[in-house]
Amino acid sequence: MIEFLNFYLIPGLVLGSIYALGAIGITLTFSILRFANFAHGETMLLGVYITWSLVQFSGLHPLIVLPVAAMLTVLAVLFIDRAFYKPFRASPTIMVVIASFGMMLMIRSVVQFIWGVQLKGMTQGIQRPMVFFDSLRISPKHVMIISATIVLMLAVHYLLSRTKIGKAMRAMSDSPELAKLTGIDTEKVVRMTWIVGGALATAAGVFLAIDTHIDTNMGFKMLLPMFAAAILGGIGRPFGAVAGGLIIGVVEEISSYPWIGTEPLLNPGYKAGVAFAIMIAMLLWRPSGLFKGKVF
Amino acid sequence: MDQFYGIFLYVISLLTMGGIYAILALGLNIQWGFTGLFNAGIAGFFAIGAYVSAILTTAPSVRHLGGYELPYIVSFVVAMIVSGIIAWGVGKVCLKLRADYLAIATIGIAEIFRLILKNETWATNGPRGVSMIPKPFESLPEPWNQLAFLGLILATVVAIYFLLETARRSPWGRVMTAIRENEKSAMAAGKDIEKFRMEAFVVGCMLMALAGAFIAHYLKFIGPNATDPMTSTFLVWVMLVVGGSANNKGAILGAFLMWTIWSASEILTSRLPDELAIRTAYIRIFLIGLALQIFLQRYPKGIFPEVRPKPERRVNPAESPAGR
Repeated sequence: MIEFLNFYLIPGLVLGSIYALGAIGITLTFSILRFANFAHGETMLLGVYITWSLVQFSGLHPLIVLPVAAMLTVLAVLFIDRAFYKPFRASPTIMVVIASFGMMLMIRSVVQFIWGVQLKGMTQGIQRPMVFFDSLRISPKHVMIISATIVLMLAVHYLLSRTKIGKAMRAMSDSPELAKLTGIDTEKVVRMTWIVGGALATAAGVFLAIDTHIDTNMGFKMLLPMFAAAILGGIGRPFGAVAGGLIIGVVEEISSYPWIGTEPLLNPGYKAGVAFAIMIAMLLWRPSGLFKGKVF
Repeated sequence: MDQFYGIFLYVISLLTMGGIYAILALGLNIQWGFTGLFNAGIAGFFAIGAYVSAILTTAPSVRHLGGYELPYIVSFVVAMIVSGIIAWGVGKVCLKLRADYLAIATIGIAEIFRLILKNETWATNGPRGVSMIPKPFESLPEPWNQLAFLGLILATVVAIYFLLETARRSPWGRVMTAIRENEKSAMAAGKDIEKFRMEAFVVGCMLMALAGAFIAHYLKFIGPNATDPMTSTFLVWVMLVVGGSANNKGAILGAFLMWTIWSASEILTSRLPDELAIRTAYIRIFLIGLALQIFLQRYPKGIFPEVRPKPERRVNPAESPAGR
């Protein structure tokens, strides 16, 4: 039982928090800009490498340089939106999907060119896990990741429910035409969407890098679980995406727990397939997701 | 003379690979060009074809499933059928939703397939892949074997081209365009949209599997990373968009053109010192991506824009100028 908590449930919650932060960006761009952003995983990747460089340069802890790194990443994302997505605002949305598909490889090749493809670590040294009740072991980095995620989610909640721009974002997600008619500056809303999505993606990427390591495939590996989380929670439902992310993270980890007998229930090599299976099941039976999101 | 012969062989390989990519681009053209379906998992269907055909034709081996030693024609057909069945399953889930969902699901199915190839070592030899795949005409002397294989590929491309052109001009092709341009009005005209989309998606994926089968026999080896899945999917997209989507000539031209650029630029960069050569490889991907963006924004019709079939004019006496 305690083994289940230490090695399956807690890592699942950590991974789930990371998926959740990434999926918020996916669900916001899907509902406000109305397209599936394939470059979101690569935004994460870019954020991670910028953070890594800042850490190398300043010698500070990744969490301290994270705001600066997030700002730089957001600037890059805003530039990408302006140069590559904005020309298609009036075209069928599938054009932006292709553009973002292209951006996915372009961002990754830039990262590979600048930083190389060798594995890197965000933090050095091994942390000793904290022990509670004699046997519950939680590593400090996991505590940090989960608590930072909670703080970020509260901030997103405040932004969307209490601020004017947050309300405008929700209005535009419900109906872009109506939002425009009521005088909402849609370009401003679009910018805010990228800012929130880009900043959260950077945070998610850095948390993943702290938990594991840095490599140039990490963005692409995150893409499918993030899409699955957004669809599971319901498109346009940021808190649905959070729930979806947590569910997928936990299910991925506990799928290799030896539920029956002593062998892992699912070969850990197929862990990445869990998110896909959940996504397909949702698309089949309930495309609107758990929290009644949009279906396009 | 030797140098000339080397160039001759290089041109043959260029045309062979270009032809295989042309089949992929034609397959994507049915899906995206004619019907507007976004397939982001080309590499997956391509790999399905490659592995199925490889396993069915290789001699017995302890490292992977095989030993059936079936004739090529059987393995090609089976490869296409398997891919078609998988495409049908994916289509069943996603085709009633908007194109974005199909894109996500196809990218997913390609990933899942890669996981299977890596994990089911008893069937696929895992990361080390299937080698010693027989190649059609390999008993012929050099360079006739290469030429004969090229002939097979080009003949296939031409045959597919004529089939697709006929399909495009037929009522079937016109319904496809109608669905792409205005789904609701096509539905109002009584067309079963999901059925037509499914046909386009399945046929396209079958062509991709055929291309995969060809490449497995051409290279005599196939592994889960033989071609980087995202790069090859992406390359086919660039070929179609640059050549001209919804135009079969454009798809073929785009394939040969982009493959030549891709391959020639590799020769150029491989002459650089090692460290630099590795890095410039990424610049190549970046530039190809940039080419896609520029074409999408500035020349969305590609080199050969779509030509819509002209309806046959029937002279109706009531409408003819004399009658009015």
